[in-house]
Amino acid sequence: MTPPDYEYLRKLLKDQSGLDLSADKQYLIESRLVPLSRKAGLAGIPELVQKMKAGSASLTAQVVEAMTTNETFFFRDKVPFDHFRQAIMPEVLKARAARKSVRIWCAAGSTGQEPYSLAMCLKEMDSQLAGWRVEIIATDLSQEVLEKSKAGLYSQFEVQRGLPIQMLVKYFKQTGEFWQINPDLRAMVQHRQLNLLHDFSQLGTFDVIFCRNVLIYFDQDTKINIFNRLCKAMEPDGFLVLGAAETVVGLTDAFKPYPDKRGLYRPNDSRMTKAPAGATTPRIAVAAGM
Amino acid sequence: MKTCLVVDDSSVIRKIASRILEDMNFRIVEAEDGAQALEACKRELPDAVLLDWNMPVMDGFEFMMHLRQLPGGDQPKVVFCTTENGIDHISKALHGGANEYIMKPFDKEIVAAKFQEVGLIAAPV
Repeated sequence: MTPPDYEYLRKLLKDQSGLDLSADKQYLIESRLVPLSRKAGLAGIPELVQKMKAGSASLTAQVVEAMTTNETFFFRDKVPFDHFRQAIMPEVLKARAARKSVRIWCAAGSTGQEPYSLAMCLKEMDSQLAGWRVEIIATDLSQEVLEKSKAGLYSQFEVQRGLPIQMLVKYFKQTGEFWQINPDLRAMVQHRQLNLLHDFSQLGTFDVIFCRNVLIYFDQDTKINIFNRLCKAMEPDGFLVLGAAETVVGLTDAFKPYPDKRGLYRPNDSRMTKAPAGATTPRIAVAAGM
Repeated sequence: MKTCLVVDDSSVIRKIASRILEDMNFRIVEAEDGAQALEACKRELPDAVLLDWNMPVMDGFEFMMHLRQLPGGDQPKVVFCTTENGIDHISKALHGGANEYIMKPFDKEIVAAKFQEVGLIAAPV
């Protein structure tokens, strides 16, 4: 990519999306826009930029979308996965010892790094899960993102952020410049397209819900509404994991923070007496003045 | 302050890597090849080694084998940083005692992620 092309894309992204790329992020642009230009039947980034300068609004929109799709990496933020291994799964193993099944939902599954990170965590505790039925459901708004997740194919850059090298060697196969997560891990994850704004009761009930870094894009009322529906989609002794900058505090009493585990929540005890089926009034308590 | 030995025959790579690591509060020692790196380790064992594979005189893998034989040589965290991006090289490095592996090209985020992985720097809170 020529420096003028890079500067053009950088400025365009800044103007249109607020995305602020530093001067050394050529690889990021290349890793996302080379596939995009091929898909558009173009030879590469120079031709792509040429078409954009000529006024192709649809290409420009695609470029902005490709570049602003939430950056996600394996074991992102680490802490939630420590919670998963050290707090959530030990309790699930006890609480579900008779049923021998665990259902996990990644509500913003994106390109698969989060569900596959959880799948790897579960693989690492294989011996304790012998005979268990393990379900990981990954949902996302974007079908395209889900296709990528299904393929489980990642660039060299993507597998180097957050993924210990031992896990890369153990759970991935190298195919050319890319790394593909092994079939047995892919088989652990089911993919469904889903808009969190819509009803998701058809997904059933979960023991664990990861809903990280997606609610931040919604306004307060929508957040409250989603929290309350998440609570209904959860076993009374389930676990909710939010992003580092997210909280239920001040929004709903459906969940309460898990002691000393940042970002980890459980349904409130009061919810143990479940609302009658069909009740549509969310039990919201907006803490005024908090 | 922790010390990182940066081993690469490219002065440009050494400079880039050193700058990244200095920002993470490492004291930097540089070496151009495995032999120089081994001499540096005999004088003073670093906390970390950022290690290229292909270099003249002595390559990174051979250096690591020697390092691991030194008294206390099992202590430094060895992070390869190389264009040898094939699974065969990665496996060989890990079996030989490497702690982490960076496939070039790399950037600050990758170095930070890998150094966190082996406990050389704390994860951001």
